[in-house]
Amino acid sequence: MSILSLNSVSKSFGALKVTDDVSFDLAPGEALGIIGPNGAGKSTLFNLISGNLRPDQGAVLLDGHDVTGETPMQRCRRGIGRSFQIPQPFGHLSVYENLLVAAEFGGRVPGHDAPGLCMDILGRCGLAAQATAPAGSLPLLSRKRLELARAMATQPRVILLDEIAGGLTEGECVALVSTIRRIHDEGTAIIWIEHVLHALTSVVERLMVLNFGRMLMIGQPDEVMAAPEVKEIYLGIEA
Amino acid sequence: MDRKTQLTILAAAAAVALLAAVPVIGSRALVQDLFGVLTLLVLALNWNMLAGFSGLVSVGQQAFVGIGAYVMFACVILLGMDPLAGVLVGGLAAMALAVPMAAFAFRLNGAYFAIGTWVAADIVRLVTSQWQALGGGTGTSLPKGTTKEMIFVQPVKDLLGGSSAAAADAVTYWVALALAVAMLGISYGFLRSRMGLALQAVRDNVEAARSVGIDPLRLKAMVFLLTAFGTGLAGALIFIQITRVTPEAAFSVIDWTAFVIFVTVIGGIGTLPGPILGVAVFYALERLLADYGTAYLILLGLIGMGAMLFARRGLWGWIADRTGFDPLPLSHRPPAPPSFTDLSDPVTQRS
Repeated sequence: MSILSLNSVSKSFGALKVTDDVSFDLAPGEALGIIGPNGAGKSTLFNLISGNLRPDQGAVLLDGHDVTGETPMQRCRRGIGRSFQIPQPFGHLSVYENLLVAAEFGGRVPGHDAPGLCMDILGRCGLAAQATAPAGSLPLLSRKRLELARAMATQPRVILLDEIAGGLTEGECVALVSTIRRIHDEGTAIIWIEHVLHALTSVVERLMVLNFGRMLMIGQPDEVMAAPEVKEIYLGIEA
Repeated sequence: MDRKTQLTILAAAAAVALLAAVPVIGSRALVQDLFGVLTLLVLALNWNMLAGFSGLVSVGQQAFVGIGAYVMFACVILLGMDPLAGVLVGGLAAMALAVPMAAFAFRLNGAYFAIGTWVAADIVRLVTSQWQALGGGTGTSLPKGTTKEMIFVQPVKDLLGGSSAAAADAVTYWVALALAVAMLGISYGFLRSRMGLALQAVRDNVEAARSVGIDPLRLKAMVFLLTAFGTGLAGALIFIQITRVTPEAAFSVIDWTAFVIFVTVIGGIGTLPGPILGVAVFYALERLLADYGTAYLILLGLIGMGAMLFARRGLWGWIADRTGFDPLPLSHRPPAPPSFTDLSDPVTQRS
């Protein structure tokens, strides 16, 4: 059975259809990449999955259970963890406390296990040295790492990663990919929106292309990248 | 608990003991002054919990002060209850009022929440001024001699000597002190808990808080109701000492909210010691400039503006940032990574 399913999900902002009849299934432990030009509705799709937005039509299912009417809090406790494209740290709390609160509430980690778990995640995300710094004082790259770390602290079974590799140096990108691969190896399903294609394709098993809110293609990364219509919107714009 | 925190608690206990001794060793005027300071502190601690730690910038706290005072008066005048029992009922009434007020105001955000609470408080004032049994718009007084017959007053009079009125002042003073200490203790305990951490996460970013499994509405509603209770208790207690209540005085936005905001902002909003420092500054200015009429208020306003512009976390934040002194830390410290507990470390080997 699939861990996450979207059935004909649509969402409009006024006359603009930002998500148009999107359906797909995610297998437990699978890694799915999402690409598409700016404004294609990638982040909106995440908000529909995480519950920050409600779809106008269609259903979101987690473990075959309809969660369309549930709040982000409920979905998080069921196992959907997310990062935000524009980092949303708890600015006055320390980096460590950002994770602690996520672990104790979203992850329902017992109080005595939470500190060790959070330090472990901080170490894996390269944030251990900044554990006591106020999250609001971090530079952008560290904030992006914090988004990943905090999402991990909620103990997700599906983790939604929204453009966390943009702006990294080559070395940082390699480190990030190995962190994400390790999350994947531990059996967490991943949906990853990313413009840095080589990072994305080195992790994901399937690739989805969104354009104007519609799902253009979904399939093997190399097949998808070789498709003429993908080349047109991607290479036609970017190359 | 580390050494610094232990020392702080010891020093605080000594300060509380000294304050508790004031009715025995100090003048009645000092008791009355400090009663004002302590009740202002209770109001400030409550408002700081709302605005500083929950992001709920209420400008309608006078609703809870007023309803606390009026219900206490109703208990005494209409039901013949003891004033101190009336204080408790007043606090509960304020908490009950907070339910419909939250139902309305929680639909609003930011500036609209502030204005909404203010408007709601004014509606409560207007409705209360229709309460004819308590004097309507002109208000009413506690029956003569009520406070002298208040519980604990006779034994205190026997103990301290002096007049019944002085004994009544001592009793309300001790209740105010107990309330302030309890508020501080509860605030500290709550903010250190996982709920307190979640509350601060909500304050910093509601959307992100939802996405890490926190229920913002439940936390905010809880804080709103509990601070209404604390504010109502303080309001009822204040009006025992004043012995006369009018809608204008009981629901004064200047006295029960604006001053409280100034005191909290000057001392340090979003910090626990901030309100204490704020009321200390307020009291010191009032004493020092007592001969110059309202000059202390003008100076207070200027200091408040200075704090807002140059020290966003107030005097306490300014001190803490420069000295690193934080005797009652609210933060959760991460455990030391394993590599730091080196086996060659003699301290570790000994233990």
